[in-house]
Amino acid sequence: MKSLEDLKKMREAALKKVEMREGGKDYRVVVGMATCGIAAGARPVLNRLVEETANNDYNCVVTQTGCIGMCVYEPIVEVFGKEGDHTTYVHVDPEKAARILKEHIGEGKVIEEYTVEAARKENGNA
Amino acid sequence: MPNYRTNILCCAGTGCTASSSALIFDRFNEVLKEYGLDNEVNVVKTGCFGLCQKGPIVAVYPDQVFYSHVKVEDVDRIVAEHIYKGRVVTDLQLSDEDLKTHEKILDINKIKFYEKQKRIALRNCGKINPEDISEYIAMDGYAALGTVLTTMQPQEVIDTVKASGLRGRGGAGFPTGVKWQFQKDQPGDEKYVICNADEGDPGAFMDRSILEGDPHAILEGMAIMGYAVGAHKGYIYIRAEYPIAVQRLNIAIRQAHEYGLLGDNIFESGFNFDIELRLGAGAFVCGEETALISSIEGKRGMPNPKPPFPAVSGVWGKPTSINNVETLANIAQIILNGAEWYASMGTEKSKGTKVFALGGKIKNTGLVEIPMGTTLREIIYEIGGGCPDNKAFKAVQTGGPSGGCLTEKELDTPIDYDNLIAAGSMMGSGGMIVMDEDNCMVDIAKFYMEFICDESCGKCSPCRIGTKRLLEMLTKITEGEGTLEMLDEMEQLCYEIRDTALCGLGQTAPNPILSTLSHFRDEYIAHIVDKKCPAGVCKKLLTYSIDPDKCRKCSMCARNCPVDAITGVPGKEPYVIDTDKCIKCGTCITSCRFGAVERK
Repeated sequence: MKSLEDLKKMREAALKKVEMREGGKDYRVVVGMATCGIAAGARPVLNRLVEETANNDYNCVVTQTGCIGMCVYEPIVEVFGKEGDHTTYVHVDPEKAARILKEHIGEGKVIEEYTVEAARKENGNA
Repeated sequence: MPNYRTNILCCAGTGCTASSSALIFDRFNEVLKEYGLDNEVNVVKTGCFGLCQKGPIVAVYPDQVFYSHVKVEDVDRIVAEHIYKGRVVTDLQLSDEDLKTHEKILDINKIKFYEKQKRIALRNCGKINPEDISEYIAMDGYAALGTVLTTMQPQEVIDTVKASGLRGRGGAGFPTGVKWQFQKDQPGDEKYVICNADEGDPGAFMDRSILEGDPHAILEGMAIMGYAVGAHKGYIYIRAEYPIAVQRLNIAIRQAHEYGLLGDNIFESGFNFDIELRLGAGAFVCGEETALISSIEGKRGMPNPKPPFPAVSGVWGKPTSINNVETLANIAQIILNGAEWYASMGTEKSKGTKVFALGGKIKNTGLVEIPMGTTLREIIYEIGGGCPDNKAFKAVQTGGPSGGCLTEKELDTPIDYDNLIAAGSMMGSGGMIVMDEDNCMVDIAKFYMEFICDESCGKCSPCRIGTKRLLEMLTKITEGEGTLEMLDEMEQLCYEIRDTALCGLGQTAPNPILSTLSHFRDEYIAHIVDKKCPAGVCKKLLTYSIDPDKCRKCSMCARNCPVDAITGVPGKEPYVIDTDKCIKCGTCITSCRFGAVERK
């Protein structure tokens, strides 16, 4: 290490490892990882979310939760905003997960077509 | 580097290590491997979380779930339920009384224990892996050293520390910047800095926890200090009884060398600095700076009269500054955040924060860091949770064997150096031992005097002989052989020792007696006049008896008595204790199921 610049670079590289212990992010992205979720493919979704978040520095933490009782819609990804807003995305796959991060976390736009409301309408029980 | 989705932090401080946290750490790695999760989940050893009472502690991030009292057998369940399926194992979470809210997933700051705290010296303890320099760097580590070496003159550094108002955290509270200035102004180019990690007060473990949890902060603080005062070599004097701290310091020093943060030409500034560990054998007196210097030089650890002060003639006869671990842990933060930031916390004459080791009769034993000016009541009741089993608070001892006791009426005193001295105790290094109605204050004074007699180096007679005489008198009082004249004699001797002993150890040795005499003279008198120990601690003054009305004649006490001092006829005659034979062991009390045995 020769200079403050070197130290800064090293810090940036090391930060990813510890920053999830800090909190203070704008969004919390929560994946349902109960038996129903895992069986429906929640694990690759979770992994993709973690990977994309780290690679693109999205302003969110990715975490997991248990079954929220809508097993038929798994894999479910919930996005909690700082203002208390709350969106539930259903039937998420890794590709949809990447789009959710890009548009919802990155640009602040809710993707209506993936939400539970859209899915319920389609099933005719809105 | 893999992108971990979850971090599992296992406390690896001495407290949790003693309750098998190392096995818990290993088991997590094993089980995660079985589940094929080892590439997704990172298990980290951290320093002390401070919540030692609830240890071993395991924290899961980013979920911010705290598990307490974790056992090795619980690991499988945590992985299977929480890590694999995302269901928090609620019965292992910190119990509701510790939580501000009943939310089960919570922020660390919502735990009552942490809410009132302000963690600066402890900022990384329980958060980073102390054996990994990159985690320290991620937390802005070594940025202060880099800034100092590349943009500041030594005098600017000293001025910043002076302006911050930081005072020595070892106990005496000498202004740190002034100490540095004193050394810098000495002629000569061979100077030394020392980190005093010889923490010896009974019940104090602040320095150990900082060294175990954030060793690089100390190395960085020492290097900054070395640059400011013109030293190129530093010693850390640490007791060999702190094996985990020693091991982590060695790792940290090696890593800092590998990264070029210690050694020659640091940050290409031309500044060279190296640090060496010196292990002490655990003598209390070696925390006294002149004795510490003798010990570093390989001589017997005994104090020398001052002056000359170490800043003029210290280790190897060269100008030397000695700073305590906690003082050094604050330095990098002061440089990074500015002197005004630090000076904005605390009271008029005591700035910043102070770490206390809470122990004794208190619910949340552990480590707390609070801004100066917080009251004792806030620490003991709001952070510490008060005395367990609803016992009444009696006193709190601060400052170890050099300090004194504070009672109910001082509870609302804002804590700072000057207020504690005015109240008849002292800040000390930060041990805080809480006592309840079951503690006998004469016995406490005796405990400290035994400690001092053991630890007196013997060089000067006031301390060597005087403390021995004090202990003899205290022993007589606790055995019912004291006289009222003894109290005056003791007091007189206390003042003489205070005024004539060579070093700080001797001069402050009488403090526990003086302070208990002034606050709890009635307890001394009860021992002398009534021959009773009101708290029921001093064995020789206790008598055991059986209440014939309550006795069910079951013979349980007689069968358990180890000296056959109890007689009676099962089912017919109530049992009686022969007080001449009784050795006051208390077995009868614990064996009686009807509460018929009394101790007075």
